Amino acid sequence: MVQKLDMLQETPSQTAGPYVHIGMMPTYAGNADTFEQEIGTSPIADGAQGEVIEITGSVYDGTGWAMRDAMIESWQPDAQGKFAGQDGADPKVSGFCRFAADADTGEFCLRTIKPGPVATSDGTLQAPHIALWIVARGINIGLQTRIYFEDEDNSKDPILARIEQRPRVDTLIAKKTGPRQYRFDIRLQGDGETVFLDM
Amino acid sequence: MLDGPLIPRNRAIHPDPYDPGYKTTVARSPNLPLLSMDSTPAEETGPRFGHSTIGALDNNLILNWTRGAAPAVGERILMYGRVLDEHGRAVPNTLVEIWQANAGGRYRHKKDGYLAPLDPNFGGCGRTLTDEQGRYQFLTIRPGAYPWPNRGNDWRPMHIHISVFGHSFGQRLITQMYFEGDPLIPICPIAATIKDRAQLDRLVAPLDMAASKPLDYLAYKFDIVLRGRRQSMFENKPEGM
Repeated sequence: MVQKLDMLQETPSQTAGPYVHIGMMPTYAGNADTFEQEIGTSPIADGAQGEVIEITGSVYDGTGWAMRDAMIESWQPDAQGKFAGQDGADPKVSGFCRFAADADTGEFCLRTIKPGPVATSDGTLQAPHIALWIVARGINIGLQTRIYFEDEDNSKDPILARIEQRPRVDTLIAKKTGPRQYRFDIRLQGDGETVFLDM
Repeated sequence: MLDGPLIPRNRAIHPDPYDPGYKTTVARSPNLPLLSMDSTPAEETGPRFGHSTIGALDNNLILNWTRGAAPAVGERILMYGRVLDEHGRAVPNTLVEIWQANAGGRYRHKKDGYLAPLDPNFGGCGRTLTDEQGRYQFLTIRPGAYPWPNRGNDWRPMHIHISVFGHSFGQRLITQMYFEGDPLIPICPIAATIKDRAQLDRLVAPLDMAASKPLDYLAYKFDIVLRGRRQSMFENKPEGM
């Protein structure tokens, strides 16, 4: 026998199920009075620096149906590319939001500020992006992806550069639909399947 | 220093995303491979939540729905444990959220129409922050098993849903805690999405009589392990940096 590695293994994931909103977005689940302060209701407070934008979209399953029960979390830096907790970060930007597909239309909307580019430890610069984590009934382990923006320079982003099939890069880029308005659809499977990340 | 990129996820211990036994996964699992990458600042940072956010009864599901006015119906239990990372280090001050059905197997959710009635004294959701040793605890009632539309006659074992943040967005995890001795575990298609029975066993909380309180509640222990980070000492830098 060799020596034992002194390591633990991550706890296995299980689906968040159809009632994930009870625990994470109680007001959406119809239980508005659950907590005095619900978390993740907005990633920004009044006075946050930067351009306030709205990103609308849907999460589609493999049949092309807009899922009514998907829940998404987003995490992003401020307009200068600094994350909450880092030196100099905008105190009005928590950077974290929870939002869900509408139960009738399947459409979600994230209202936030446009993030700044992010410097990485090896000195490269990532194009502005918002990290997403998607859970729902039938998703056994949360799906990670990103929103980039078509009106930013994405040509040198090191993550997008890793995508071999260049047309798939488009699946990570929000389309501008009007002043401060973007569209970002997520396709779990099939034609135009979104690039999901494993990091 | 353990502040390098996240240790790559060992997907072999996790459920298969595509599993026809759990029908909803069939159209909701990606067909194409995920894009492998090292974690970057967006995954190595994450939201923090302060004690000011958490109410005094938030981790007491027996009382929190009625603000302490009347207790929920059901078998009173303490669910407790620690949040650790893969290096075995405690994860302090991190948010743990749970949600569950009531003692009859009914969720307080606008989409749940199961025959079992709602309990007017039970909401089914709680949250807490781990302490400096990574410990957490909830007082709640044991949730009931319930049927769900999948194959002809599928039932969920008694379970509590758990969401954990850790200290970085890439550690984010949702899982479910099952109860020792529940005969529905081996025949549940959702539990069976985990192919290695030894890994599924890690989601089954043992009864802990030593932590239970005489004439009050039984205790179940459930430890949670989040991803760790590699050491940064020998991280490669591009030439000239």
